[in-house]
Amino acid sequence: MTAVPADTGSTGLRILQRPKATTGLWSWVTTTDHKKIGMMYFIATMFFFVVAGVEALLLRVQLAVPENDFLSPELYNQLYTMHGITMVFFVGIPLGATFFNYIMPLQIGARDVAFPRLNAFSFWVFCAAGIFMYSGIVLGGLPDGGWFNYAPLSTTVGPDVSGYTTGGGSGELAYQVHSGRMLLYSVGLQIAGIATLASAVNFIVTILNMRAPGMTLMRMPVFTWMTLIVAFLLLFALPVIGIALWQLMFEVRFGANFFNPAAGGDPILWEHMFWLFGHPEVYILVLPAFGIISEIIPTFSRKPIFGYTAMVFAGVAIGFLGWGVWAHHMFAAGMGPVANTAFGLTTMFIAVPTGVKIFNWVGTLWGGKVRLTSAMLFAIGAVAMFTIGGLSGVTHSVVPSNYQQTDSYYVVAHFHYVLFGGLVFGAIGGIYYWYPKVTGRLMNETWGKINFWTLLIGFNVTFGLMHFLGLWGMPRRIDTYYAGFGWEQLNLIITYGAFLIAASIALLLLNVVVSLRRGKLAGDDPWDARTVEWMTTSPPAHYNFAEIPQISARDELWHRKHAVSDSGDYVRVPAGGSGAIVVREVEDSDIHMPDPSVFPAMSAVGLPIMGWALFTSGNLMIVMLAVGSVITVGSLFAWAFEPSAEEGH
Amino acid sequence: MAELTTAEASHEAHATSLGLSNEKIGMWTLLGSECLFFGALISAYLVYYGRYNGQPEISPALFDIPFTSVSTFVLLMSSLGMVLALSSIQRGDDRAFRVWILATAMMGSVFLSGQIYEFTVFVNEGMRLDTSPFSSAFYLMTGFHGIHVTVGVLMLITLWSRSMSGRLTSENSEVVENIGLYWHFVDIVWIVIFTAVYLIPYEQATL
Ligand code: HEM
Ligand SMILES: [Cu+2]
Repeated sequence: MTAVPADTGSTGLRILQRPKATTGLWSWVTTTDHKKIGMMYFIATMFFFVVAGVEALLLRVQLAVPENDFLSPELYNQLYTMHGITMVFFVGIPLGATFFNYIMPLQIGARDVAFPRLNAFSFWVFCAAGIFMYSGIVLGGLPDGGWFNYAPLSTTVGPDVSGYTTGGGSGELAYQVHSGRMLLYSVGLQIAGIATLASAVNFIVTILNMRAPGMTLMRMPVFTWMTLIVAFLLLFALPVIGIALWQLMFEVRFGANFFNPAAGGDPILWEHMFWLFGHPEVYILVLPAFGIISEIIPTFSRKPIFGYTAMVFAGVAIGFLGWGVWAHHMFAAGMGPVANTAFGLTTMFIAVPTGVKIFNWVGTLWGGKVRLTSAMLFAIGAVAMFTIGGLSGVTHSVVPSNYQQTDSYYVVAHFHYVLFGGLVFGAIGGIYYWYPKVTGRLMNETWGKINFWTLLIGFNVTFGLMHFLGLWGMPRRIDTYYAGFGWEQLNLIITYGAFLIAASIALLLLNVVVSLRRGKLAGDDPWDARTVEWMTTSPPAHYNFAEIPQISARDELWHRKHAVSDSGDYVRVPAGGSGAIVVREVEDSDIHMPDPSVFPAMSAVGLPIMGWALFTSGNLMIVMLAVGSVITVGSLFAWAFEPSAEEGH
Repeated sequence: MAELTTAEASHEAHATSLGLSNEKIGMWTLLGSECLFFGALISAYLVYYGRYNGQPEISPALFDIPFTSVSTFVLLMSSLGMVLALSSIQRGDDRAFRVWILATAMMGSVFLSGQIYEFTVFVNEGMRLDTSPFSSAFYLMTGFHGIHVTVGVLMLITLWSRSMSGRLTSENSEVVENIGLYWHFVDIVWIVIFTAVYLIPYEQATL
C-alpha cells in the first residue's frame, strides 16, 4: 500500500493540521460547509444592503427640496457611485450566491459543493473586497465616477459638464485624490471579481458533476438551472470587465495610456468592455430571482411548473442573447445607424424569452390552489414589478426615444423596477420560503404581509413617480435643482416613499432575527413542497442527507408524498406508505465531510494588502506588495499540502 | 490482485454525474474563462496597434524576432517536458517524473527571464508603459501572460515537492494531468500572442 505518510505534529508540520472547532467564532472562520458559508453570505449581503440603502436615503434627503445643501456635490457623487457599486456588486451578486450556496447543493442531493475550500475562499475574498472598497472613507474619499465609471471622465479630474467627477478642488492634489478613488474602484472590483469567478467555477462543477443518482439535467429544479446559467454568464462576462479594470488600474497608477484621447487612447473601448459585462450583469442579477420565483409559485399553487422545458430554454436563451445587446447602452455614444439598429433589434428580441417565463408563471398560477403566503406575495409582486420594468425597458430599445430618456430619471425608474422589483422582491420571497429549511422555524406571517404591502406601496411611490420626473426632464446624477420646473412636489413625495421602503426593510430584518427564537417550529416540509431540499431535516445536518436520495422524477418529493386518486386529484400517501420519506439519523463519523481549514480566509488577507500597496510608492510599496503576496501565495501553498484530518482514511 | 485495485479505485473516486473528476471539469471551466481574459487583452492590443501617440520610433521595429523566437521555442518545448512528466508518473517512475517536472519548470523560467530581459531592453530604448496606447497594450498583454507562466512554474514546483515528500504517486497523478492542461493552455495562448505581436508586423514590415 502506498499509504500517505501521516504528518501530524511529529513531522514538525503542526501548522498544517486541520482545525477542528465546530462551534464558536473560529468554526465560522474555518468552515468549509456550504450551508454555513451561505449563511455568512446572507449576513454580509444584508450588511451591505443596509449600507447602500442608507446611502440611497441620504441621496433622497438631499433631493427632497430644491437648492438643498445637505450634501456637498462632491459627497453626492461619491454616495450615488457607492450606492450603485454596492447594490450591484456587494448586494446583487452575493445575494445570488447566498441562495446558490445554501440551497443548490440540497436541491441536487449533494453533500457539499465540488470545492469546499474554494467556496470559503470566495466568501472571504468577497469580504476583503468590500473592506478594501470602503477603506476609501479613511483614505481620502470613495469612488465618484458612477458605477460604470466611464473613462476618461473617470481618469481625469473634473469638474466637467456632466458633473461626473469633481475630484476635490483643482491641481495636482485634486488629481491625486481623484486617482486614488479610481484605484479603489478598479482594484476593489478586481478583488471582488476573483471571488465571483471562483464561485462560478465551483457552482458549474457542482451542478454538472455532483447530482444525486437519477437527477438528469432535465429533472433539475428550475432554480438550479438558473444557478447554472448565471455561473456560466459570470464565467464569460467577468474576464472582460476584469481586463478593463486591469487596464484602468495601470492607467491610473502607472500612467498607462488606454482611455485618454489626448494620448491616442480610445474612451469608447472602455464603454464596450464595460457594457459587454454590464448588460449580461443585469441577467446575472435577475436570473437567480427568476429561479426563486419558479420554486415558490408551483409550491403555493399546488401544481407542477407550467412548461418546465420552455422555462429552462428561455433561461438559456436569455443567457445567450444577453451577450448581443450590450451596446444599447451606447446609442448616445454615436456608433452609427447600422449598429444602433442592430442593437435595438436584439434588445427587443430578448423580451421574447422573458415573456415566455412570465407566461409560464401565470400559467402555473392559473387554476392552481393558490395560497397567498408572504413568500408567494413577494414572488407575485416580483413578477408584476419586473414586468413593468421590462415594458419601460422596451421603449428604451427604440433608438429615438432612447436619446430622449438617456440620463434622465426615467432610466433610474426603469432599472430600479428591474433590479429592486425583480431581484430584491424575488430574493425576499426566497428568504420567507427557505427560512424554515435553514433555521427550522417559520417567520412571522403577519409581519410578512405588512412587510410586503408597505414595500409594494413604498416602492411604487418612489420609483413609479420617477418615471414622471424623468419625462418632465429631470436629469439623473444632479445633486440639486432649482424650484420652478415643477419637480419639487414629486421629489418630496419620492423621498417619503424611500423612507417607507426603509421602514419595510427594517421590519423584514427584525422578522428574520426575532423568528430565530420566537418563530413557530416548522418541521421538515412546512409548505408541502416539491423539491429535494425539503426531504432532509430542518435545519439540515452538516452532511445534508443521511442517505443520498435516488431521483426518479422532476418534483421528486411531491411524487413520493402524493399519488393520483381515482378522481384524478392528488392525495397524500399516508406516512409509512410506499415511497414515504424516511429521515434516518446517522453517526456523524460514518460520513466523511470536508474538514475545516484556515487557509481560505488567510489567503484572502493578502489581497487588500497588495491593493493598498498601490496607494504608496517606493520601498514601502514594494514591501507591502511582497507581504501581501507572501501571505496569499504562502496560504495557497499550505492549502495544497494540507492533509485531511483523518490521515490514512 | 486485479479485484483489489478496482475495489480501491471505487473507494477513492466519489461517484460523479459525468464520470470525470471535479478537478478536471473545474480546470476546463477555468480555462474557458481564461480564453476570454486573453481574448479581451488581444482585442485591446489589436485596437491599439499602430497608435504610437506621435512617436513612430516606438513600434514593433524594436522587436527582436530571432531572440523571441528562441524563447518561444523553449516555451513550446516545455509542453513536451510536461507530457513526458505526466507519462512518467503514470508509469510510476517517480525519478523520471521529478526530472521532467523540474526541466519543465526550468524551461518556463528561461522563457520568463527572456521576457524580463526584453522588457528592460525596450524600456531602455524608450518604449515605456506610458509612452503610447500601443506600448501600454503590449506590456499589459505580455505581462499578464508572464504572470500566468509564473503561476504555472510555482505549481510545477509544488508538484515536485509533493513528489519529494511522497504525496504524489501514480494513483493520485491526476493533479499532474490538470496542471498540465493549464500549462499547455498558457503555451497555446503564447503562440497566438507571438503571432499577433511579433510575426504579423514582421510580415508587414518586410512586404
Ligand atoms: C431604498 C431603495 C432605493 C432608493 C431610494 C434608491 C435611490 C436611488 C437614486 C436616487 C439613484 C440615482 C442617483 C442619481 O442619479 O443622482 C439611484 C441610483 C442607482 N441605484 Fe438605487 N435606490 C434604491 C435601491 C436600489 C437597489 C435595490 C438597487 C440594485 C440592486 C439599486 C441600484 C442602483 C444603481 C445601479 C444606480 C445607478 C448609480 C449610478 O448612476 O452610478 N438601487 N438609486
Ligand atoms: Cu443592457
